Amino acid sequence: MASIKFNVNGKSQTVDASPEMPLLWVLRDVLGMTGTKYGCGLALCGACTVHLEGNAIRSCQTAIEKVAGKNITTIEGLSADASHPVQQAWIELDVPQCGYCQSGQIMTASALLAKNSKPSDADIDEVMRGNICRCGTYQSIRKAIHLAAQIKAKGARA
Amino acid sequence: MSTTLIRPTTKPTKAKRTQTLETQEMSNMITNVSRRAFFQTILAGATGLALGLALPEKSDAQFGAGAGPATNKPNAYIHIGADDKVTFTIIKGEMGQGPLTSLSMILAEELDCDWKNVNAVFAPVDPSVYGALQSVVGSMSIRTLWTPMRLIGATGRAMLVEAAAQKWGVPATQVRTDSGFLINTANNERISYGSVAEIAAKLPVPINVAVKDPKNFRIVGTNVKRLDTVGKSTGRTQFGLDTRLPGMVYAVIERPPVFGSKVATLNAAKAKAVPGVKDVIQVSGGVAVIADNTWNALQGRKQLEITWDEGANGSVSTASISRMFEEKTQMPGANARKDGDAAAALASGAKRLDAIYQAPFLAHAPMEPMNCTAVVNADSCEVWAPTQMQTPARGGAAQILGFAPEKVKINSTFMGGGFGRRGRTDYVNDAVEVAKTMPGTPVKVTWSREDDMQQDYYRPASYVKMAAALDASGMPVAFDAKVACPSFPNVGRNGVSSTAVEHFEQSLYEIPNFNVDYHRADTHVPVSFWRSVGWSQNTFFFESFIDELAAASGQDPVEMRRKMLAKSPRMLGVLNLAAEKAGWGKPLPKDHAQGFAITNNIGSFTAQVAEVSVTNGKLKVHKIVIATDCGHVVNPAILSAQAIGGSVYGLAAALKGNITIDKGRVQQSNFNNYDVLRMDEMPEYEVHIVPSTEAPGGMGEASTPGTAPAVANAIFRATGKRLRQLPIRNANLA
Repeated sequence: MASIKFNVNGKSQTVDASPEMPLLWVLRDVLGMTGTKYGCGLALCGACTVHLEGNAIRSCQTAIEKVAGKNITTIEGLSADASHPVQQAWIELDVPQCGYCQSGQIMTASALLAKNSKPSDADIDEVMRGNICRCGTYQSIRKAIHLAAQIKAKGARA
Repeated sequence: MSTTLIRPTTKPTKAKRTQTLETQEMSNMITNVSRRAFFQTILAGATGLALGLALPEKSDAQFGAGAGPATNKPNAYIHIGADDKVTFTIIKGEMGQGPLTSLSMILAEELDCDWKNVNAVFAPVDPSVYGALQSVVGSMSIRTLWTPMRLIGATGRAMLVEAAAQKWGVPATQVRTDSGFLINTANNERISYGSVAEIAAKLPVPINVAVKDPKNFRIVGTNVKRLDTVGKSTGRTQFGLDTRLPGMVYAVIERPPVFGSKVATLNAAKAKAVPGVKDVIQVSGGVAVIADNTWNALQGRKQLEITWDEGANGSVSTASISRMFEEKTQMPGANARKDGDAAAALASGAKRLDAIYQAPFLAHAPMEPMNCTAVVNADSCEVWAPTQMQTPARGGAAQILGFAPEKVKINSTFMGGGFGRRGRTDYVNDAVEVAKTMPGTPVKVTWSREDDMQQDYYRPASYVKMAAALDASGMPVAFDAKVACPSFPNVGRNGVSSTAVEHFEQSLYEIPNFNVDYHRADTHVPVSFWRSVGWSQNTFFFESFIDELAAASGQDPVEMRRKMLAKSPRMLGVLNLAAEKAGWGKPLPKDHAQGFAITNNIGSFTAQVAEVSVTNGKLKVHKIVIATDCGHVVNPAILSAQAIGGSVYGLAAALKGNITIDKGRVQQSNFNNYDVLRMDEMPEYEVHIVPSTEAPGGMGEASTPGTAPAVANAIFRATGKRLRQLPIRNANLA
């Protein structure tokens, strides 16, 4: 066991856990933040995606010791009121069906847009292919990412 | 709290005679429903109007003997608060298919309330008020609840109108409604629903109320936004796995790698030594490791030392199952369909074709793995379950505990996909069994993805021998199918498992001599309902073989189907619509080819056209055009999403889905070796809906079966290669 300190959504957290315990289970079971989902445990599906210093990572394969002193953003911290451009676009286009993968989809998409303000379909495919959706919402996700890029651009101009 | 229980009469009302023909038809339907139904109104003090109608899913069977719900427990589908907030109680589970929104839309339409004030909650399990079987299976939400929800909404509206009439001292005919308001037509005075909800709750429940003429719908038929989108876009939606309770412990279960094996020896010492592990116990599903969090439980499970008594199944393989299927088709089968004399016509036809097709076992692989949370107290139990089978989940828990079912409370959570997997309740039993050993302590049992994939109830593998005879003009005059497939959920009339022969049985093609035999071929691999069930493989078999017949006689496959569907106007309608919208027969980009398939499952009619290219042996599915006639549509956007999602589910399976067995075990374990469709493989989709006022059909499973044959038929047109075995990934297309 080790005492590990890190920031989640701007708030400092200290947890006592095995150093190799994945961030996913620390978030879900220790901190009670269940917006980040378990899907495969092997970084194959993307449901557990969060941001580490702004980069999309798979929290199921990220040992808690690796995030000591670092900044983590989860779906709960993306915005307080669903106002992030990606969330606005998701809501506008009613993207989710069952919704289970969508936290991960949104976290991957928001990290993509932070680096590439106007991604092409090919850019989107390359990054988003790591996030599985069994309901088949991919067409809506692609549209929503383009829409989010527009919303963000409009916000930047305003 | 006082309760009024009213037995509806069957007398038609005078008012109905003046209604339009269409509305009268609907009213007649509703009269028939209400004859078998019970209304209840509940006076609930200041909380407003609560109104319910108990109507089990299998209404004919349930009410046939005149037996109805005998209790007068409070129940409600509609609650209107003094603050005008409207809460609908939805008896269907939400796994993405949208009933939370679409059933609310039907209620809101007839209640004529303001959609902005609508909220929806999941119903508790209560057979006395919600019917004998609360479940979400068979694409039935809209098609079974369309009429009852309209009736309930309209009844609520009529009671609000009467309440306003009494308040104003005017006849009810002088009151109209408008989006949550009651209006005195003499002076345009307006009051909100909430302000008379309490008065309305004290009124007798009217019988045979009029429902709206569909041409006046303002909510049904529109793309109302889903009620669950914001929660699902912010991480706030609570799925089963998100259940958290004070003092909760976490369990995982090691299950037998060979289905049906029993624990021979268990050494839990090392597992119990893992930090955070609280206990190791045996349950019927296997060996449970209980810990202070999921991760520690998983670490503890790795340290279990178990030997299993595998029995005879430890030598079963995919190859041995396939051989067994083949052998079964050599033996006499059970007849599932017999039109004319197929054997004689096969012998005398101008041309005969034979083909053997096979499909593999498939996992469901919903994104949320199986899980359940339960707490057992001295004489009660509470369960939080992402389940498609609410009532059986309760019954199973009660049986394990030796409690009356009423002592078990099932909380339905959102489901991270279901696809039929959550129609089983094994994961509910897991949680109840573990919780039973630690009274008062909530237990969450989580299945790992590996558990989920290796301990599924799979879509059965299947093997079919087909034969057909063509006449001199090239049209089929005889068809024969010998189907070898595991049986479930039972073997019915004449020894036929109806799930194994679906589509062959219901095919609308006019082929005068048509024979289908079922050859029961059970294995030790557990099987169950998988989105579209038997259609999922049989539509591939049948629609591919029909394509073979067209090719063998040099006919256009759409034109040949058209000729065989002259007496099925709705099927023909979607065939023509899909062909038109996809530009069937028109020039395509170089190396592109189209394939066609139709289905008529779950009360709907669906056709699809797949456009593919094969370059250096590499397949790309470019586009899929779906046309569907599913009767009256409640929410076209949700319907289109279901049509696309159902097809994507079928496409993933067609291209890649393959559960194989070796040494009695499933060889696949996670998304690395059981991959599904990903973003970069997603074709462009178009969905075209036939405008219709027919009774609604289902959509959740309508587009799943046709995708595999449409793609395989397109591959044939592109390459000349006929694919008779799935998944397509295993075929050499070069």
